[in-house]
Amino acid sequence: MQTQTPSPWKQATRYGLIGGAVAILMSLVGMVATFGQRYIVSGIFTMGQVMFLTPILIFAYMTIRRTAPQPINKVILLGALSGLSTSGVMAALVLTGQFLNLRAMFPNASPELYGILTFNQESALGLLLLLGTGLVIGGIAGGIYLLSPRMRSTLLQATTWVVLVGLLRDLIVTVSYRWGFLGNAVKALFAISGLTPLSAVILFILVGAVQYWRLERKQSAASRPTTNQKPYTRWLKLGGSALILILLPPVLGIFFSEILDNVGMYILMGLGLNIVVGFAGLLDLGYVAFFAIGAYTMGVLTSPELGFFSLTYWEALPFAMLACVLAGIFLGLPVLKMRGDYLAIVTLGFGEIVRLLALSDWLRPWLGGTQGIQRIAQPRIGDFLLNTQQELYYLFLIGIGIVAFIAWRLKDSRIGRAWMALREDEDVAMAMGINHVSTKLMAFAVGALFSGVAGTIFAAKLTSVYPHSMNFLVSINVLCLIIIGGMGSIPGVFVGSLVLIASPDLLREFAEFRYLAYGALLVAMMLTKPEGLWPEARRKLELHEDEFDSGQEPLMAMGNPDGR
Amino acid sequence: MKKSIFTILALIVVASMVLAACGPKVVPFECTDAIGCVDVAPGEPIHIAYALVISGADETLGVDSRNGIEVAMALKGQLLGHDVQLTGEDDGCSAEGGQAAGTKLAADPTIVAVIGTSCSSAARVALPLLSGAGFSVVSPSNTAPDLTLEGNENNWPGYLRTAHSDLHQGAAAARFAFESLKVTKAATIHDGSLYAEKLQEVFANSFVELGGTITAQEAVDPNGTDFKSALTSIAAGEPEMIYYPIFVKAGSLITRQAKEVPGLETTYLMGADGMFSPDVVEGAGEAVEGLYVSSPDLAAFAAEYQSVFLPKYEELFGTQPISIFHAHAHDAAMIIFAAIEKVAVQDEDGTLHIGRQALRDALYATADFKGLTGNLTCSPTGDCANPVIAAYQYHVGEYPPTKVWP
Amino acid sequence: MFRNWMQRITLTDVVIWAIGLAILIGVIWGSIVTLGTGKYSTATWIDLTLIGLALGGVYALIALGYTLVYGILRMINFAHSEVFMSGPFTATFAAWALVGAGWWNKYPILSLLIVLGVSAVVSSIIAVLLERIAYRPLRTAPRLVPLITAIGASFFLQYVFRGLYGSGLKGYPEMTILQGFWMLGSIRVFKTQAVAIVGAVIMMLILYGIVQWTKLGKAMRSVSENKEVAALMGIDVDKTISRTFAIGGAAAGMAGILYLLLFPVAHFFMGFFPGLKAFTAAVLGGIGNVPGAFLGAMMLGLLESVGPSLFLDGLGIPAPYQLKDAIAFSVLVLILIFRPTGILGERLAQAKA
Repeated sequence: MQTQTPSPWKQATRYGLIGGAVAILMSLVGMVATFGQRYIVSGIFTMGQVMFLTPILIFAYMTIRRTAPQPINKVILLGALSGLSTSGVMAALVLTGQFLNLRAMFPNASPELYGILTFNQESALGLLLLLGTGLVIGGIAGGIYLLSPRMRSTLLQATTWVVLVGLLRDLIVTVSYRWGFLGNAVKALFAISGLTPLSAVILFILVGAVQYWRLERKQSAASRPTTNQKPYTRWLKLGGSALILILLPPVLGIFFSEILDNVGMYILMGLGLNIVVGFAGLLDLGYVAFFAIGAYTMGVLTSPELGFFSLTYWEALPFAMLACVLAGIFLGLPVLKMRGDYLAIVTLGFGEIVRLLALSDWLRPWLGGTQGIQRIAQPRIGDFLLNTQQELYYLFLIGIGIVAFIAWRLKDSRIGRAWMALREDEDVAMAMGINHVSTKLMAFAVGALFSGVAGTIFAAKLTSVYPHSMNFLVSINVLCLIIIGGMGSIPGVFVGSLVLIASPDLLREFAEFRYLAYGALLVAMMLTKPEGLWPEARRKLELHEDEFDSGQEPLMAMGNPDGR
Repeated sequence: MKKSIFTILALIVVASMVLAACGPKVVPFECTDAIGCVDVAPGEPIHIAYALVISGADETLGVDSRNGIEVAMALKGQLLGHDVQLTGEDDGCSAEGGQAAGTKLAADPTIVAVIGTSCSSAARVALPLLSGAGFSVVSPSNTAPDLTLEGNENNWPGYLRTAHSDLHQGAAAARFAFESLKVTKAATIHDGSLYAEKLQEVFANSFVELGGTITAQEAVDPNGTDFKSALTSIAAGEPEMIYYPIFVKAGSLITRQAKEVPGLETTYLMGADGMFSPDVVEGAGEAVEGLYVSSPDLAAFAAEYQSVFLPKYEELFGTQPISIFHAHAHDAAMIIFAAIEKVAVQDEDGTLHIGRQALRDALYATADFKGLTGNLTCSPTGDCANPVIAAYQYHVGEYPPTKVWP
Repeated sequence: MFRNWMQRITLTDVVIWAIGLAILIGVIWGSIVTLGTGKYSTATWIDLTLIGLALGGVYALIALGYTLVYGILRMINFAHSEVFMSGPFTATFAAWALVGAGWWNKYPILSLLIVLGVSAVVSSIIAVLLERIAYRPLRTAPRLVPLITAIGASFFLQYVFRGLYGSGLKGYPEMTILQGFWMLGSIRVFKTQAVAIVGAVIMMLILYGIVQWTKLGKAMRSVSENKEVAALMGIDVDKTISRTFAIGGAAAGMAGILYLLLFPVAHFFMGFFPGLKAFTAAVLGGIGNVPGAFLGAMMLGLLESVGPSLFLDGLGIPAPYQLKDAIAFSVLVLILIFRPTGILGERLAQAKA
């Protein structure tokens, strides 16, 4: 591609057409029409419009960046051409829709969609409007490119904020009900759907101004040498964050407590899987099995429904933990010799076997079968029963504190280094005298233990367990979050959980498009930051090393559970 | 970065205070309701929420119910001069999904009523939250008996349903099999869902009570596709009838594959309302001929379903109904609308006041409501479905199926 | 000699063997008891076997896609199950269009070819796009990174197709010439089953031929051995990988049509579970190995259909078919305990695993 640059006009058309394909995809998937009534700024523009106008803007901008440098008038023209191509494709869709019944194949190719795309005008006028909009927005993309970077980032920030706040209107209003007078004030900012035009303008200007001013400060700060942080500020910061963490549930209410609890549960599991996959390099696709064993042990031991035992949460906890450790060793033994993907599939199978046994009619008298186990005990401290999401949050907080501390200490211990040696090269590690049996089993056992603890809290939180909760997707989610966070990195687990678990919960507006967005997010994140959001220091070092030493493919070996 | 966020927030708050001060004065309304009122200002919509499964393997169930609600909204139009706004959460058809959905909805005091959940496992966890928040909850598809069993810990105030309790339907199916089809040996299949497992259990118990024998109680994977091997093993017990109260996807495949299993060619096949769907006719092809399903008695209102509901559904969503329980969801929405119309107090400027307990009372008092799924009369514990269960028989290319019993 | 051998045995070996032996004894004991009760006739066993083989055939064709990609990139293409779904789901519309035009039963062979073509092309395009967008930029990244993009792409594709075609079930039209069964002696073989088994074998042979004897196959194998050296030898690595994805996609698309012949209901979630099974089959046979994938898939199909009746029924376990996957996975563990690199995975495993 570098050898001969195609004419910029051709490239503009090409990018425009790709943009058109993306816009059509979004339209036919239903995102445009579903958000057609969802106002960002009340009465002015909707999320649906944002959905189909953004591709025009983005692809026009990409065109200009790829073809740069160009003279000013040509930049605008190129952008306009790209925008026109994109809107042309969409116009073609609308036209086709008039003559062919696309709806037989694509249920979302509804009259409503065509209405949104043509701004609810008559067909000819509407198509012209659509093409014109493409032209103008493409041109604007050119204009944006010509602005100073500072202005550009200001505009981007301001627009993003307006769209976000407008989109999350319901969420913000819901949470603000708890704040009394303040809540009413917040509510006044919004229309029934989206922001009021006035508050949108205010927000835009405010964010813009703050951002503009901040960038200026940053620029001048960059020229001054940074002063070293005083030691007590670190403690101050730590204390501050601890205080915030403790105060979160009462301030944010049950809505966010629920989300935080879920995040907490995944952090617990993530910390465990991080040991198995991140430290020891053993790819485990059936991690949910231990979670299930923890939850079910808790259920069987505490629920009076089955009639075996009715222990309290704290009495049952050690048994649940023991069961998980034993299960970890039991799984670990047969897979000792397996490597890489063989290991992955056996662990996956183990997860499925556990779920199927829990579901089966065969074990129903002991595990409840399909109908699950209800009336599971909740933890009680003195006379105080932890039974709401806000109270259980503290249980998660304490659990995470302990588990994270253990994981952190293990990482730098003798066994931690043995794990990493195994991860890098199993044969060499064994040659160096590392006992691969006990080392691997230890990784499985500790990982299982953490996951099991998460499972017990999960059971207590719901007061019930069902086999349907123990599906493969849980394992996949945990794996994704540790890799998004940065494999082998403990803070990465926290970041990954926040991003992957909290964001789908917040994207309530997206309803059934959440998983689509989730999938796209996973791909996009891995493409832009393959080492994760908060990579482990050692790994960063190795990645860096690789830039100088590309022959040996150390990157392929890293994170390669085979170790070769 | 953090600093800028706080600055912005602070400025927003100040600005909004100024705006709020300029707003119109609202005449206070005396709320005498035991658990509070919802006020809907003029121009604001009446907020109904759903808690249905809209993602994952079971999503067609919830999406279809949501479509049913939207059809009801479209048919109803405005309610007392207000639009109806529908927002919602995914209940995931699981306990943890139910808890998440329940918690999030419970945080929003503008919600008047909730339609959901899709699955009983979600309901058991979500109901304490939703009921505690004062909402009225009407489920289109929870069938677990305990949810409306008097005195059961899972029976919460303000919870009603337009779906049938498994107890009614399983027993009726057994009676139909034993008395009308005159079979004495039957096998059952469930798919590991709470619904199917409970129904087949009730069926099996009633059938044995009536004097029949159960030759096998098999279970299959709802996402599986090969059921022939399971059917072949069932065939070894030589049942005269197979009862599989499961959902459309696996149900249509079983219907097809049963015809191809030696020994089952003439065996009666029967499903439940989980298979009362046009998709069964499409999915099972010619094998659908003769398939029985139990379902609420639709006979009296089938005409309206065909002439009003289906065209609107297709207009809005571009497809035929994709699953079952859309009619139940439609009815759930309609009885809520009717109850709101009954209890809402309207000020002169159009402001609505809806008493939460009053709404619940009105819902429980629903009697002889003409719905798509029959005449709805709600019991004091919340069972609204028409208690008359009928058996239907499918014929190739025909929907809805023909009523054959009683 | 014996003493030497005794010394090398450790406690863990004993435990592992004990686990393996326990599974084996369970399997054998269950089989003996079931066969002893005589609940099932010979005809039943033959039926179950045929069902298993047909199912295995479909798994095999999907597994080939996994194995080809694994062989060349050493990555689990998790989104392959969505590649498998995309083609047949789209082809269902083509099939109904053919029904509408009256061709379906008039020119059945032509119709079937058209539908196969549509399905193969769509799946191929999706596979190639997938590689281009989600995998190629990450070719030098740590190995779990493309695994995550694959998972992400899998979610994305599932929900894109859900949005495009709606979330309802789409029935796949039946063909009159494929209805009913043939009698082979006293054995009743359904035509769809026969087509699925024969189709799977033919396609397996074609793919094996491509990998073994064509220029592209040579290029694929050399890229799989060592990308740098292959590039030095004048092989366009990117193009070869792209084509591998195209072939794997086409195989998945055609497998999808066979799948619809057997189970004529299409929907957006239809790829997930067969994909998982096929992946298991590929590993069972020794991943990266084309005949291995075929063997593994057939075995898995048989285990699923015959296993529950044979192993569990005799033990008095209720609802044995609920546990068919548990059986399949247990046997998988059993096999991998004694052959840690799958049935035919030896060569590859020693060379690169």
